[in-house]
Amino acid sequence: MNQLKQKKTAWITEQSVSLEFLSEEPITSLNQKVPLGDSHKTLIVMPSFNEEASIGQVLNDVKENAPGTPILVINDGSVDRTAEIAKESGALVISLPYNSGYGVALQTGYLYARKHNYSIVVQMDADGQHDAACIQDLLSAVKNSDADVIIGSRFLGKNTYRTSIARRIGMFIFGRLASLFCQQRVSDPTSGFQAVKGKAIDFVASDHYPPDYPDADFLIMLNRCGFKTREIPTKMHPSKIKKSMHGGPQSIYYVFKMFLSIFVTLLRKKPRI
Amino acid sequence: MPPRIRIIAILICIFLVAYVFELVRRRNLSEEYSMGWLVAGSLMLILSISEGLLESISSLVGATLFTSTLFFFGLVFLVTICLHFSIRISSLTNQVRTLTQHMGILYNEKQSLEDQIEKNSLAQHQSKLEKL
Repeated sequence: MNQLKQKKTAWITEQSVSLEFLSEEPITSLNQKVPLGDSHKTLIVMPSFNEEASIGQVLNDVKENAPGTPILVINDGSVDRTAEIAKESGALVISLPYNSGYGVALQTGYLYARKHNYSIVVQMDADGQHDAACIQDLLSAVKNSDADVIIGSRFLGKNTYRTSIARRIGMFIFGRLASLFCQQRVSDPTSGFQAVKGKAIDFVASDHYPPDYPDADFLIMLNRCGFKTREIPTKMHPSKIKKSMHGGPQSIYYVFKMFLSIFVTLLRKKPRI
Repeated sequence: MPPRIRIIAILICIFLVAYVFELVRRRNLSEEYSMGWLVAGSLMLILSISEGLLESISSLVGATLFTSTLFFFGLVFLVTICLHFSIRISSLTNQVRTLTQHMGILYNEKQSLEDQIEKNSLAQHQSKLEKL
């Protein structure tokens, strides 16, 4: 009996020894190392759905502009080579089994970041709309200010971003609403180019996050929860491939959803974080 | 209420209740969902059988035809059950969403662990070879 026990403990220690090398290094540092001399562990999250045409270029730009920062591509059920291209470029890739929408893919990145204790998350699109040169602006803004969320706005400062009138009207209305309820100017509530730090990452990864289109409603919710948001001007290019999330009959749903979401966000109790 | 429609209503209600029981017996319908159908079916059955009750309820809701009382309650029941289903679907969607996200993350971690194990075993092999 005693022998058996001994055998068992020996086996267990053996197992833990053989598993030790796994725990030695965090999984995230497999492909890329976090830059030295930087106390913040930063992750760039990039949701992508059928972006094989642009993602390679975007990843190269990001690597040039933020060397050494791990990039996490969320492959949202793409049917093309998006995941392979991202892997070849050295990015971490999380593939979702089917297309579940921008918000879900984005939140997956935040869940990963929370799980692996990242302190700053930069989110950007994979379609080349967001200029990778502005990542450093976002990072330095989020590191050096008390704001928890820095939003890259395409309408602040000098900008040449052009979009359809319908979209501009929508952005204007929801921007105004967000400005009203956040009591600060929000010029670009639909921007998906953001840097998020600290507790705000946990908040995005929580159930309070609107799962389809995080937008003005989420900014209002962030504000109500006491997170500080700030906008900085960033350069954005019109998406080369026309497949905006807010187009066609979806835009009617979008407008409806946004009004309803803002309304109920204001009615809800402040979520406890 | 004309006897013909009354008989039809009674038959339909009996069939509904019996069919729900059969579905639960075959495990095609969970007990949780069968409740609503059973309660609604039994209520309709009671209303169809006892004319006095139907009459008083009709005068209560202000219906001139007894059949419209039945239709009215049937409709109320359908709306309720549809709303219930919408709620269930919403929570199921949320659960599926969470599952999807966690599955993606776990798969990624599994993959990187496998890669690491492979790398380690390769390194071990190499060091063994060097020793030899």
